[in-house]
Amino acid sequence: MQLGRVIGTVVATQKHRTFEGAKLLLVQPLTLDDKPRGTALLAVDALGAGVHEKVLIVMEGRAAGEALGRKLAPVDAAVVGIVDTVDVAE
Amino acid sequence: MQLARVIGDVVVTRKDENLIGLKLLVLQPLAADGSAAGRTLVAVDAAGAGVGETVFFVRGKEASFPFYPQEVPADAGVVGIVDHWDVEE
Repeated sequence: MQLGRVIGTVVATQKHRTFEGAKLLLVQPLTLDDKPRGTALLAVDALGAGVHEKVLIVMEGRAAGEALGRKLAPVDAAVVGIVDTVDVAE
Repeated sequence: MQLARVIGDVVVTRKDENLIGLKLLVLQPLAADGSAAGRTLVAVDAAGAGVGETVFFVRGKEASFPFYPQEVPADAGVVGIVDHWDVEE
């Protein structure tokens, strides 16, 4: 899993039916010191995360489909947690 | 998933039989600000998208799920057409 920040939302009317009712968030992956890492990605959200929130995301198809609770969903990333704090002892 | 712009399509006559009837699109992945981000790729179309449209696509074997039980040999697939997106920095 990775840490990321929700930076936006995506609206798509015409989409595969397994996306019906699912929220699509633009998530910027972050390093442990909160710097952007790589390109922003789209993740499905079943938790109700909002813009600016720090989230835990899975970037693997099976896990993302389970998070969405739908079998055979063509998804590869999902929000699976809203992060309260991250402590790194170093 | 990732945002992308459809910049072309691919015609392939001789192909895996499980690709027959599927539309193949050339995608340019996009960053959140709409600029090009990374290499172009070819994806199967599960959303009815066309050239010039902004879409989102899935990577990995999940790209074949919209065609289940047909076992489509694809590693990327367009699964939605984007109306608009909003970024709040």
